[in-house]
Amino acid sequence: MNLLEVQNVEKSFRGLRAVSDVSFEVEANSIVALIGPNGAGKTTLFNLIAGALAPDNGTISFDGQPIAGLRPDQICARGIGRTFQIVKPFAGLSVLDNVTVGALQRNANVITARAVAEDILIKLGLAAKCDQPAASLTLPDRKRLEVARALATGPKLLLLDEVMAGLRPTECDEVVAILRALKQRDGMTILLIEHVMRAVMALADRVIVLHHGEIIGEGTPAEVVRQPAVVASYLGETSEP
Amino acid sequence: MNRRAVILLTGLAITLLALPLFANSYLLSIATLFLFFAYTGQAWNIMMGFAGQLSLGHALYLGVGGYSAAALYFHYGISPLIGLWLAVMICAALSACLGALAFRYGISGVYFTLLTIAFAECARIGFDHFTWLGGSAGLFLKVAQRDRIDILNLRGPPALYYYAILLLAGLAFGLCSWLLRRRPGYYWQAIRENEEAAAALGINTFRWKILAVVISAAMTAVAGVFLAFYYNNLFPEQIFNINRSVEIILGPIVGGMGTLFGPVIGAALMTLLTDGATELVAALGWDIPGVKQLIYGVILLAVVVFLPHGIWPAIARKLKLER
Ligand SMILES: Nc1ncnc2c1ncn2[C@@H]1O[C@H](COP(=O)(O)OP(=O)(O)O)[C@@H](O)[C@H]1O
Ligand SMILES: [Mg+2]
Repeated sequence: MNLLEVQNVEKSFRGLRAVSDVSFEVEANSIVALIGPNGAGKTTLFNLIAGALAPDNGTISFDGQPIAGLRPDQICARGIGRTFQIVKPFAGLSVLDNVTVGALQRNANVITARAVAEDILIKLGLAAKCDQPAASLTLPDRKRLEVARALATGPKLLLLDEVMAGLRPTECDEVVAILRALKQRDGMTILLIEHVMRAVMALADRVIVLHHGEIIGEGTPAEVVRQPAVVASYLGETSEP
Repeated sequence: MNRRAVILLTGLAITLLALPLFANSYLLSIATLFLFFAYTGQAWNIMMGFAGQLSLGHALYLGVGGYSAAALYFHYGISPLIGLWLAVMICAALSACLGALAFRYGISGVYFTLLTIAFAECARIGFDHFTWLGGSAGLFLKVAQRDRIDILNLRGPPALYYYAILLLAGLAFGLCSWLLRRRPGYYWQAIRENEEAAAALGINTFRWKILAVVISAAMTAVAGVFLAFYYNNLFPEQIFNINRSVEIILGPIVGGMGTLFGPVIGAALMTLLTDGATELVAALGWDIPGVKQLIYGVILLAVVVFLPHGIWPAIARKLKLER
Protein backbone atom coordinates (compact mmCIF):
# COMPACT_ATOMS: atom_id res chain seq x y z
CA MET A 1 0.00 0.00 0.00
CA ASN A 2 1.21 3.50 -0.81
CA LEU A 3 1.14 5.84 2.16
CA LEU A 4 2.15 8.89 0.15
CA GLU A 5 1.40 9.59 -3.49
CA VAL A 6 2.80 12.64 -5.23
CA GLN A 7 1.47 13.28 -8.73
CA ASN A 8 2.69 15.84 -11.29
CA VAL A 9 3.60 18.34 -8.59
CA GLU A 10 5.05 21.68 -9.68
CA LYS A 11 6.30 24.74 -7.86
CA SER A 12 7.94 27.88 -9.23
CA PHE A 13 9.47 30.85 -7.44
CA ARG A 14 9.14 33.95 -9.61
CA GLY A 15 9.83 32.12 -12.84
CA LEU A 16 12.35 29.70 -11.36
CA ARG A 17 11.04 26.15 -11.53
CA ALA A 18 12.11 24.59 -8.25
CA VAL A 19 9.99 21.45 -8.70
CA SER A 20 8.63 20.46 -12.08
CA ASP A 21 6.23 17.62 -12.79
CA VAL A 22 7.39 15.35 -10.00
CA SER A 23 5.55 12.09 -9.34
CA PHE A 24 6.48 9.32 -6.94
CA GLU A 25 5.07 7.08 -4.22
CA VAL A 26 6.21 6.04 -0.80
CA GLU A 27 5.09 2.60 0.29
CA ALA A 28 3.99 2.13 3.89
CA ASN A 29 6.73 0.93 6.25
CA SER A 30 9.54 1.66 3.85
CA ILE A 31 12.45 4.08 3.84
CA VAL A 32 12.81 6.17 0.70
CA ALA A 33 15.78 8.46 0.17
CA LEU A 34 15.62 11.63 -1.88
CA ILE A 35 19.01 12.64 -3.20
CA GLY A 36 20.31 15.25 -5.60
CA PRO A 37 22.69 18.20 -5.75
CA ASN A 38 22.11 21.44 -3.85
CA GLY A 39 19.29 23.49 -5.32
CA ALA A 40 17.68 20.41 -6.89
CA GLY A 41 14.37 21.20 -5.18
CA LYS A 42 14.41 18.58 -2.43
CA THR A 43 13.56 20.90 0.43
CA THR A 44 10.91 22.61 -1.68
CA LEU A 45 9.33 19.21 -2.31
CA PHE A 46 9.26 18.61 1.46
CA ASN A 47 7.67 21.99 2.01
CA LEU A 48 4.98 21.08 -0.52
CA ILE A 49 4.23 17.78 1.17
CA ALA A 50 4.27 19.28 4.67
CA GLY A 51 2.05 22.22 3.74
CA ALA A 52 4.59 24.98 4.26
CA LEU A 53 4.08 25.75 0.56
CA ALA A 54 1.13 25.06 -1.72
CA PRO A 55 1.91 23.45 -5.09
CA ASP A 56 1.15 25.37 -8.28
CA ASN A 57 -0.04 22.14 -9.89
CA GLY A 58 -0.47 18.49 -9.10
CA THR A 59 -1.92 16.40 -6.30
CA ILE A 60 -0.50 14.94 -3.13
CA SER A 61 -2.37 12.29 -1.24
CA PHE A 62 -1.60 10.77 2.10
CA ASP A 63 -3.36 7.68 3.42
CA GLY A 64 -5.74 7.93 0.44
CA GLN A 65 -6.76 11.53 1.21
CA PRO A 66 -5.73 14.62 -0.80
CA ILE A 67 -3.58 16.94 1.34
CA ALA A 68 -2.13 19.47 -1.10
CA GLY A 69 -2.94 22.99 0.05
CA LEU A 70 -3.72 22.10 3.66
CA ARG A 71 -2.00 24.09 6.42
CA PRO A 72 1.12 22.61 8.08
CA ASP A 73 -0.75 21.98 11.35
CA GLN A 74 -3.52 20.12 9.51
CA ILE A 75 -0.98 17.96 7.73
CA CYS A 76 0.76 17.24 11.00
CA ALA A 77 -2.59 16.20 12.45
CA ARG A 78 -3.08 13.80 9.51
CA GLY A 79 0.15 12.08 10.52
CA ILE A 80 3.14 13.62 8.76
CA GLY A 81 6.04 14.80 10.92
CA ARG A 82 8.86 16.86 9.43
CA THR A 83 12.25 18.26 10.36
CA PHE A 84 13.87 21.41 9.02
CA GLN A 85 17.18 21.35 7.16
CA ILE A 86 18.01 24.66 8.84
CA VAL A 87 17.13 23.60 12.36
CA LYS A 88 14.44 25.57 14.16
CA PRO A 89 14.63 24.71 17.85
CA PHE A 90 12.52 26.57 20.42
CA ALA A 91 15.75 28.04 21.71
CA GLY A 92 14.44 29.45 24.98
CA LEU A 93 12.71 26.23 26.04
CA SER A 94 14.32 23.16 27.54
CA VAL A 95 14.97 20.12 25.36
CA LEU A 96 12.16 18.27 27.13
CA ASP A 97 9.72 21.16 26.62
CA ASN A 98 10.63 21.29 22.92
CA VAL A 99 9.61 17.67 22.51
CA THR A 100 6.59 18.03 24.82
CA VAL A 101 5.17 20.66 22.45
CA GLY A 102 5.20 18.00 19.74
CA ALA A 103 3.73 15.34 22.01
CA LEU A 104 0.78 17.60 22.91
CA GLN A 105 -0.47 16.97 19.37
CA ARG A 106 -1.81 13.56 20.38
CA ASN A 107 -1.91 13.96 24.18
CA ALA A 108 -3.90 16.94 25.46
CA ASN A 109 -2.64 16.33 28.98
CA VAL A 110 0.76 17.84 29.74
CA ILE A 111 1.78 15.07 32.12
CA THR A 112 1.21 12.31 29.57
CA ALA A 113 2.78 14.45 26.85
CA ARG A 114 5.91 14.86 28.99
CA ALA A 115 6.08 11.14 29.56
CA VAL A 116 5.84 10.51 25.81
CA ALA A 117 8.52 13.14 25.23
CA GLU A 118 10.82 11.54 27.79
CA ASP A 119 10.49 8.14 26.09
CA ILE A 120 11.39 9.65 22.73
CA LEU A 121 14.39 11.50 24.18
CA ILE A 122 15.66 8.22 25.59
CA LYS A 123 15.23 6.58 22.19
CA LEU A 124 17.23 9.36 20.54
CA GLY A 125 19.94 9.46 23.19
CA LEU A 126 19.11 12.97 24.34
CA ALA A 127 17.70 12.06 27.75
CA ALA A 128 20.75 13.33 29.64
CA LYS A 129 20.24 16.78 28.16
CA CYS A 130 16.50 17.07 28.70
CA ASP A 131 16.71 19.97 31.17
CA GLN A 132 19.16 22.04 29.13
CA PRO A 133 17.86 24.94 27.10
CA ALA A 134 17.72 23.93 23.43
CA ALA A 135 19.92 26.95 22.65
CA SER A 136 22.83 25.21 24.39
CA LEU A 137 22.81 22.12 22.15
CA THR A 138 25.49 21.42 19.54
CA LEU A 139 24.42 21.16 15.91
CA PRO A 140 24.33 17.33 15.83
CA ASP A 141 22.15 17.38 18.96
CA ARG A 142 19.90 20.04 17.45
CA LYS A 143 19.39 17.75 14.47
CA ARG A 144 18.40 14.97 16.83
CA LEU A 145 16.06 17.33 18.61
CA GLU A 146 14.39 18.04 15.27
CA VAL A 147 13.81 14.31 14.82
CA ALA A 148 12.60 13.90 18.41
CA ARG A 149 10.10 16.72 18.08
CA ALA A 150 8.72 15.43 14.78
CA LEU A 151 8.50 11.92 16.22
CA ALA A 152 6.62 13.21 19.26
CA THR A 153 3.70 14.30 17.09
CA GLY A 154 2.95 10.62 16.51
CA PRO A 155 3.38 10.55 12.73
CA LYS A 156 2.87 7.69 10.29
CA LEU A 157 5.31 9.31 7.88
CA LEU A 158 8.51 11.10 8.86
CA LEU A 159 10.10 13.65 6.54
CA LEU A 160 13.77 14.08 7.47
CA ASP A 161 15.74 16.85 5.77
CA GLU A 162 19.50 16.21 5.96
CA VAL A 163 19.51 15.15 9.60
CA MET A 164 22.92 13.51 9.19
CA ALA A 165 24.71 16.45 7.61
CA GLY A 166 27.68 17.48 9.71
CA LEU A 167 27.64 14.35 11.82
CA ARG A 168 30.78 12.30 12.41
CA PRO A 169 30.64 8.76 10.95
CA THR A 170 30.00 7.18 14.37
CA GLU A 171 27.21 9.65 15.12
CA CYS A 172 25.85 8.99 11.66
CA ASP A 173 25.78 5.25 12.32
CA GLU A 174 23.89 5.87 15.56
CA VAL A 175 21.19 7.80 13.72
CA VAL A 176 21.04 5.09 11.03
CA ALA A 177 20.44 2.52 13.78
CA ILE A 178 17.74 4.68 15.34
CA LEU A 179 15.92 5.14 12.03
CA ARG A 180 16.17 1.46 11.18
CA ALA A 181 14.68 0.58 14.56
CA LEU A 182 11.86 3.06 13.96
CA LYS A 183 11.00 1.31 10.74
CA GLN A 184 11.36 -2.25 11.97
CA ARG A 185 10.04 -1.90 15.51
CA ASP A 186 7.49 0.89 15.20
CA GLY A 187 6.38 0.36 11.59
CA MET A 188 7.37 3.92 10.67
CA THR A 189 7.53 5.12 7.08
CA ILE A 190 10.39 7.50 6.35
CA LEU A 191 11.17 9.81 3.45
CA LEU A 192 14.61 11.30 3.90
CA ILE A 193 16.72 13.83 2.08
CA GLU A 194 20.34 12.86 2.55
CA HIS A 195 23.73 13.67 1.09
CA VAL A 196 25.58 11.16 3.20
CA MET A 197 25.67 8.18 0.78
CA ARG A 198 26.90 5.89 3.52
CA ALA A 199 23.56 6.38 5.30
CA VAL A 200 21.52 6.20 2.12
CA MET A 201 23.11 2.88 1.11
CA ALA A 202 22.56 1.46 4.58
CA LEU A 203 18.99 2.57 5.05
CA ALA A 204 17.04 3.15 1.90
CA ASP A 205 14.73 0.59 0.33
CA ARG A 206 14.40 2.92 -2.63
CA VAL A 207 16.23 6.02 -3.84
CA ILE A 208 14.80 8.91 -5.87
CA VAL A 209 17.24 11.25 -7.59
CA LEU A 210 16.18 14.84 -8.17
CA HIS A 211 18.03 17.27 -10.45
CA HIS A 212 16.89 20.75 -11.50
CA GLY A 213 13.47 19.98 -10.05
CA GLU A 214 12.98 16.78 -12.03
CA ILE A 215 13.32 13.12 -11.18
CA ILE A 216 16.23 11.73 -13.19
CA GLY A 217 16.61 8.35 -11.59
CA GLU A 218 14.86 5.92 -9.28
CA GLY A 219 15.52 2.44 -7.90
CA THR A 220 17.27 0.52 -5.17
CA PRO A 221 20.46 2.12 -3.85
CA ALA A 222 22.56 -0.38 -5.79
CA GLU A 223 20.68 0.31 -9.03
CA VAL A 224 20.76 4.07 -8.69
CA VAL A 225 24.50 4.39 -8.22
CA ARG A 226 24.99 2.62 -11.55
CA GLN A 227 22.64 4.85 -13.59
CA PRO A 228 24.75 7.02 -15.92
CA ALA A 229 22.52 10.12 -15.59
CA VAL A 230 22.76 9.97 -11.82
CA VAL A 231 26.49 9.49 -11.79
CA ALA A 232 26.98 12.37 -14.22
CA SER A 233 24.75 14.88 -12.49
CA TYR A 234 25.17 14.02 -8.85
CA LEU A 235 27.44 11.27 -7.67
CA GLY A 236 30.28 12.41 -9.86
CA GLU A 237 30.27 15.84 -8.23
CA THR A 238 29.94 14.81 -4.65
CA SER A 239 32.90 14.39 -2.36
CA GLU A 240 30.94 12.55 0.35
CA PRO A 241 31.91 8.90 0.82
CA MET B 1 6.54 24.96 42.61
CA ASN B 2 9.16 24.21 45.25
CA ARG B 3 9.01 25.02 48.97
CA ARG B 4 10.91 28.27 48.79
CA ALA B 5 8.50 29.61 46.19
CA VAL B 6 5.54 28.61 48.34
CA ILE B 7 7.02 30.37 51.41
CA LEU B 8 7.80 33.47 49.36
CA LEU B 9 4.32 33.54 47.92
CA THR B 10 2.56 32.98 51.25
CA GLY B 11 4.58 35.77 52.87
CA LEU B 12 3.69 38.14 50.06
CA ALA B 13 0.02 37.21 50.19
CA ILE B 14 -0.23 37.77 53.97
CA THR B 15 1.54 41.13 53.78
CA LEU B 16 -0.70 42.29 50.98
CA LEU B 17 -3.88 41.10 52.70
CA ALA B 18 -3.02 42.83 55.94
CA LEU B 19 -1.70 46.05 54.40
CA PRO B 20 -4.82 48.26 54.85
CA LEU B 21 -4.69 47.51 58.60
CA PHE B 22 -1.47 49.45 59.09
CA ALA B 23 -0.90 51.50 55.94
CA ASN B 24 -1.76 55.20 55.76
CA SER B 25 -3.72 56.48 52.79
CA TYR B 26 -0.60 57.48 50.86
CA LEU B 27 0.96 54.05 51.16
CA LEU B 28 -2.38 52.43 50.33
CA SER B 29 -2.69 54.48 47.13
CA ILE B 30 0.83 53.47 46.09
CA ALA B 31 0.06 49.83 46.85
CA THR B 32 -3.14 50.09 44.79
CA LEU B 33 -1.17 51.48 41.88
CA PHE B 34 1.41 48.71 42.24
CA LEU B 35 -1.29 46.04 42.12
CA PHE B 36 -2.91 47.75 39.15
CA PHE B 37 0.34 47.50 37.20
CA ALA B 38 1.00 43.98 38.44
CA TYR B 39 -2.41 43.05 37.04
CA THR B 40 -2.15 44.83 33.68
CA GLY B 41 1.46 43.67 33.34
CA GLN B 42 0.29 40.10 33.80
CA ALA B 43 -2.36 40.63 31.11
CA TRP B 44 0.09 42.14 28.63
CA ASN B 45 2.61 39.42 29.43
CA ILE B 46 0.24 36.74 28.10
CA MET B 47 0.39 38.31 24.67
CA MET B 48 4.04 39.36 24.54
CA GLY B 49 5.83 37.31 27.17
CA PHE B 50 4.03 34.06 26.39
CA ALA B 51 3.00 34.32 22.75
CA GLY B 52 5.57 36.85 21.50
CA GLN B 53 3.11 39.39 20.07
CA LEU B 54 4.15 42.93 20.98
CA SER B 55 1.25 45.26 21.72
CA LEU B 56 1.88 48.95 22.29
CA GLY B 57 -1.80 49.69 22.23
CA HIS B 58 -3.17 48.16 25.42
CA ALA B 59 -4.51 51.59 26.38
CA LEU B 60 -7.23 50.75 23.85
CA TYR B 61 -8.63 48.05 26.12
CA LEU B 62 -8.22 50.14 29.27
CA GLY B 63 -10.20 52.92 27.61
CA VAL B 64 -12.88 50.92 25.86
CA GLY B 65 -13.30 48.74 28.97
CA GLY B 66 -13.49 51.73 31.28
CA TYR B 67 -15.88 53.65 29.07
CA SER B 68 -18.19 50.64 28.55
CA ALA B 69 -18.84 50.07 32.24
CA ALA B 70 -18.82 53.80 33.04
CA ALA B 71 -21.39 54.47 30.30
CA LEU B 72 -23.77 51.84 31.66
CA TYR B 73 -23.39 53.24 35.17
CA PHE B 74 -23.55 56.90 34.15
CA HIS B 75 -26.53 56.66 31.83
CA TYR B 76 -28.53 53.76 33.25
CA GLY B 77 -27.23 53.28 36.77
CA ILE B 78 -26.16 49.72 35.94
CA SER B 79 -23.65 48.23 38.37
CA PRO B 80 -20.02 47.98 37.21
CA LEU B 81 -20.11 44.33 38.25
CA ILE B 82 -22.47 43.87 35.31
CA GLY B 83 -20.82 46.53 33.14
CA LEU B 84 -17.63 44.57 33.56
CA TRP B 85 -18.97 41.81 31.33
CA LEU B 86 -19.94 44.24 28.61
CA ALA B 87 -16.43 45.71 28.81
CA VAL B 88 -14.91 42.24 28.57
CA MET B 89 -17.08 41.24 25.62
CA ILE B 90 -16.49 44.44 23.64
CA CYS B 91 -12.73 44.30 24.19
CA ALA B 92 -12.59 40.61 23.39
CA ALA B 93 -14.43 41.25 20.11
CA LEU B 94 -12.31 44.29 19.30
CA SER B 95 -9.05 42.45 19.93
CA ALA B 96 -10.24 39.44 17.96
CA CYS B 97 -10.86 41.74 14.99
CA LEU B 98 -7.42 43.30 15.37
CA GLY B 99 -5.78 39.89 15.68
CA ALA B 100 -7.70 38.36 12.79
CA LEU B 101 -6.86 41.31 10.56
CA ALA B 102 -3.17 41.17 11.43
CA PHE B 103 -2.66 37.42 11.44
CA ARG B 104 -4.79 36.73 8.37
CA TYR B 105 -2.85 39.21 6.29
CA GLY B 106 0.54 38.30 7.68
CA ILE B 107 1.06 41.59 9.53
CA SER B 108 3.72 40.66 12.07
CA GLY B 109 6.63 42.06 14.04
CA VAL B 110 6.86 45.86 14.11
CA TYR B 111 3.95 46.15 11.69
CA PHE B 112 1.73 44.29 14.12
CA THR B 113 2.87 46.65 16.87
CA LEU B 114 2.09 49.65 14.69
CA LEU B 115 -1.37 48.26 14.11
CA THR B 116 -1.99 48.05 17.87
CA ILE B 117 -0.91 51.68 18.23
CA ALA B 118 -3.12 52.70 15.32
CA PHE B 119 -6.19 51.05 16.89
CA ALA B 120 -5.60 52.87 20.19
CA GLU B 121 -5.06 56.20 18.45
CA CYS B 122 -8.24 55.76 16.40
CA ALA B 123 -10.15 55.11 19.60
CA ARG B 124 -8.62 58.20 21.24
CA ILE B 125 -9.71 60.41 18.37
CA GLY B 126 -13.09 58.70 18.08
CA PHE B 127 -13.89 59.08 21.78
CA ASP B 128 -12.81 62.74 21.66
CA HIS B 129 -15.82 63.30 19.42
CA PHE B 130 -18.18 60.87 21.15
CA THR B 131 -20.37 63.38 22.96
CA TRP B 132 -22.68 60.77 24.48
CA LEU B 133 -19.66 59.82 26.60
CA GLY B 134 -18.54 63.36 27.26
CA GLY B 135 -16.16 63.69 24.32
CA SER B 136 -12.86 65.42 24.97
CA ALA B 137 -14.35 67.19 28.03
CA GLY B 138 -14.40 63.86 29.83
CA LEU B 139 -16.90 61.63 31.59
CA PHE B 140 -17.33 62.07 35.34
CA LEU B 141 -18.80 59.54 37.73
CA LYS B 142 -20.35 60.55 41.02
CA VAL B 143 -17.52 60.58 43.53
CA ALA B 144 -17.72 57.81 46.08
CA GLN B 145 -18.77 58.49 49.63
CA ARG B 146 -15.66 57.35 51.37
CA ASP B 147 -17.39 56.08 54.51
CA ARG B 148 -20.02 53.89 52.86
CA ILE B 149 -19.17 50.59 51.32
CA ASP B 150 -21.23 49.80 48.23
CA ILE B 151 -19.56 46.85 46.61
CA LEU B 152 -22.26 46.47 43.98
CA ASN B 153 -21.48 49.89 42.55
CA LEU B 154 -17.79 49.80 43.42
CA ARG B 155 -18.17 52.86 45.66
CA GLY B 156 -16.41 53.07 49.00
CA PRO B 157 -13.22 53.82 50.92
CA PRO B 158 -9.76 53.36 49.36
CA ALA B 159 -9.40 49.96 51.02
CA LEU B 160 -12.31 48.69 48.90
CA TYR B 161 -10.41 49.54 45.72
CA TYR B 162 -7.27 48.11 47.19
CA TYR B 163 -8.92 44.77 47.88
CA ALA B 164 -10.65 44.78 44.50
CA ILE B 165 -7.39 45.16 42.61
CA LEU B 166 -5.64 42.75 44.98
CA LEU B 167 -8.28 40.16 44.09
CA LEU B 168 -7.80 40.85 40.39
CA ALA B 169 -4.00 40.66 40.62
CA GLY B 170 -4.28 37.40 42.55
CA LEU B 171 -6.68 35.91 40.02
CA ALA B 172 -4.49 37.03 37.14
CA PHE B 173 -1.46 35.44 38.74
CA GLY B 174 -3.37 32.21 39.26
CA LEU B 175 -4.72 32.21 35.72
CA CYS B 176 -1.31 32.85 34.18
CA SER B 177 0.32 30.18 36.30
CA TRP B 178 -2.37 27.73 35.20
CA LEU B 179 -2.13 28.67 31.53
CA LEU B 180 1.64 28.50 31.49
CA ARG B 181 1.71 24.96 32.82
CA ARG B 182 -0.83 23.66 30.39
CA ARG B 183 -1.21 23.28 26.67
CA PRO B 184 -1.80 27.00 25.94
CA GLY B 185 1.45 27.94 27.67
CA TYR B 186 3.45 25.37 25.72
CA TYR B 187 1.83 26.33 22.44
CA TRP B 188 2.23 30.08 22.96
CA GLN B 189 5.87 29.72 23.88
CA ALA B 190 6.48 27.53 20.85
CA ILE B 191 4.90 30.20 18.64
CA ARG B 192 7.01 32.86 20.35
CA GLU B 193 10.22 30.92 19.80
CA ASN B 194 9.60 29.81 16.21
CA GLU B 195 6.27 30.06 14.50
CA GLU B 196 7.15 27.87 11.52
CA ALA B 197 8.35 25.04 13.72
CA ALA B 198 5.26 25.44 15.90
CA ALA B 199 2.99 25.04 12.87
CA ALA B 200 4.92 21.95 11.75
CA LEU B 201 4.23 20.40 15.17
CA GLY B 202 0.50 20.70 14.61
CA ILE B 203 -0.20 24.06 16.21
CA ASN B 204 -2.85 26.18 14.51
CA THR B 205 -0.82 29.34 15.07
CA PHE B 206 -3.60 31.66 13.89
CA ARG B 207 -6.06 30.37 16.45
CA TRP B 208 -3.63 30.29 19.36
CA LYS B 209 -2.33 33.78 18.69
CA ILE B 210 -5.91 35.09 18.57
CA LEU B 211 -6.61 33.35 21.89
CA ALA B 212 -3.63 35.08 23.53
CA VAL B 213 -4.71 38.46 22.19
CA VAL B 214 -8.30 38.00 23.33
CA ILE B 215 -7.46 36.82 26.86
CA SER B 216 -4.98 39.66 27.26
CA ALA B 217 -7.46 42.26 26.02
CA ALA B 218 -10.34 40.94 28.13
CA MET B 219 -8.19 41.08 31.26
CA THR B 220 -7.08 44.62 30.44
CA ALA B 221 -10.70 45.65 29.94
CA VAL B 222 -11.38 44.74 33.58
CA ALA B 223 -8.45 46.93 34.60
CA GLY B 224 -10.07 49.76 32.64
CA VAL B 225 -13.30 49.32 34.58
CA PHE B 226 -11.31 49.47 37.80
CA LEU B 227 -9.52 52.62 36.67
CA ALA B 228 -12.77 54.36 35.74
CA PHE B 229 -14.39 53.69 39.11
CA TYR B 230 -11.23 54.36 41.10
CA TYR B 231 -10.58 57.80 39.62
CA ASN B 232 -14.23 58.58 38.78
CA ASN B 233 -13.27 60.31 35.56
CA LEU B 234 -12.32 59.36 32.03
CA PHE B 235 -10.64 61.52 29.41
CA PRO B 236 -9.87 60.08 25.95
CA GLU B 237 -6.67 62.11 25.92
CA GLN B 238 -5.47 60.33 29.06
CA ILE B 239 -6.85 56.83 29.01
CA PHE B 240 -6.08 56.09 25.35
CA ASN B 241 -2.71 57.81 25.53
CA ILE B 242 0.26 55.78 24.33
CA ASN B 243 1.96 56.64 27.64
CA ARG B 244 -0.62 54.41 29.29
CA SER B 245 0.35 51.56 26.98
CA VAL B 246 4.01 52.12 27.75
CA GLU B 247 3.38 52.22 31.52
CA ILE B 248 1.70 48.84 31.25
CA ILE B 249 4.59 47.16 29.49
CA LEU B 250 7.48 48.56 31.58
CA GLY B 251 6.74 46.32 34.57
CA PRO B 252 6.89 42.98 32.77
CA ILE B 253 9.88 44.06 30.66
CA VAL B 254 11.88 45.15 33.69
CA GLY B 255 10.67 42.26 35.83
CA GLY B 256 11.14 39.56 33.19
CA MET B 257 8.94 38.87 30.20
CA GLY B 258 7.33 35.50 29.96
CA THR B 259 7.74 34.79 33.67
CA LEU B 260 5.04 34.69 36.34
CA PHE B 261 6.77 36.84 38.94
CA GLY B 262 8.34 39.24 36.47
CA PRO B 263 5.28 41.47 36.02
CA VAL B 264 4.78 41.59 39.82
CA ILE B 265 8.37 42.49 40.64
CA GLY B 266 8.57 44.90 37.73
CA ALA B 267 5.37 46.65 38.81
CA ALA B 268 6.72 46.96 42.36
CA LEU B 269 9.98 48.48 41.13
CA MET B 270 8.35 50.87 38.69
CA THR B 271 5.85 52.13 41.29
CA LEU B 272 8.58 52.52 43.88
CA LEU B 273 10.73 54.32 41.35
CA THR B 274 8.04 56.77 40.32
CA ASP B 275 7.15 57.70 43.88
CA GLY B 276 10.51 56.92 45.42
CA ALA B 277 12.28 59.30 43.06
CA THR B 278 9.87 62.08 44.06
CA GLU B 279 10.44 61.39 47.75
CA LEU B 280 14.19 61.15 47.34
CA VAL B 281 14.41 64.41 45.45
CA ALA B 282 12.30 66.12 48.10
CA ALA B 283 14.36 64.66 50.94
CA LEU B 284 17.63 65.72 49.36
CA GLY B 285 16.21 69.16 48.68
CA TRP B 286 17.31 69.00 45.04
CA ASP B 287 15.23 71.57 43.30
CA ILE B 288 16.40 70.76 39.81
CA PRO B 289 13.77 70.33 37.10
CA GLY B 290 13.78 66.90 35.48
CA VAL B 291 15.97 65.26 38.12
CA LYS B 292 13.17 62.85 38.99
CA GLN B 293 12.85 61.68 35.40
CA LEU B 294 16.63 61.36 35.25
CA ILE B 295 16.80 59.05 38.27
CA TYR B 296 13.92 57.04 36.84
CA GLY B 297 15.64 56.79 33.47
CA VAL B 298 19.04 55.83 34.84
CA ILE B 299 17.69 53.03 37.00
CA LEU B 300 15.61 51.72 34.11
CA LEU B 301 18.66 51.83 31.86
CA ALA B 302 20.75 50.00 34.44
CA VAL B 303 18.21 47.19 34.70
CA VAL B 304 17.92 46.80 30.95
CA VAL B 305 21.69 46.84 30.43
CA PHE B 306 22.75 44.61 33.31
CA LEU B 307 19.72 42.30 33.46
CA PRO B 308 18.61 42.03 29.84
CA HIS B 309 16.19 39.22 30.67
CA GLY B 310 14.69 41.16 33.55
CA ILE B 311 15.02 41.05 37.30
CA TRP B 312 13.10 37.90 38.10
CA PRO B 313 15.19 35.42 36.06
CA ALA B 314 18.29 36.75 37.83
CA ILE B 315 16.69 36.41 41.29
CA ALA B 316 15.33 32.98 40.43
CA ARG B 317 18.80 31.80 39.47
CA LYS B 318 20.25 33.15 42.72
CA LEU B 319 17.55 31.58 44.87
CA LYS B 320 17.51 28.42 42.77
CA LEU B 321 13.80 28.81 42.20
CA GLU B 322 12.14 27.74 39.04
CA ARG B 323 11.32 30.59 36.70
N1 LIG C 1 11.12 30.41 -0.63
C1 LIG C 1 11.85 30.47 -1.78
N2 LIG C 1 11.81 31.58 -2.56
C2 LIG C 1 12.51 31.63 -3.71
N3 LIG C 1 13.28 30.65 -4.18
C3 LIG C 1 13.38 29.52 -3.45
C4 LIG C 1 12.65 29.38 -2.21
N4 LIG C 1 12.94 28.15 -1.71
C5 LIG C 1 13.76 27.56 -2.58
N5 LIG C 1 14.04 28.36 -3.63
C6 LIG C 1 14.87 28.02 -4.79
O1 LIG C 1 14.42 26.80 -5.31
C7 LIG C 1 15.50 25.98 -5.68
C8 LIG C 1 15.44 24.66 -4.95
O2 LIG C 1 15.80 24.89 -3.58
P1 LIG C 1 15.72 23.75 -2.49
O3 LIG C 1 14.41 23.10 -2.57
O4 LIG C 1 16.08 24.37 -1.18
O5 LIG C 1 16.86 22.77 -2.95
P2 LIG C 1 17.59 21.57 -2.19
O6 LIG C 1 16.91 21.35 -0.90
O7 LIG C 1 17.48 20.42 -3.11
O8 LIG C 1 19.00 21.98 -2.00
C9 LIG C 1 16.77 26.78 -5.42
O9 LIG C 1 17.17 27.38 -6.61
C10 LIG C 1 16.33 27.81 -4.40
O10 LIG C 1 17.08 28.97 -4.53
MG1 LIG D 1 17.62 21.44 1.01
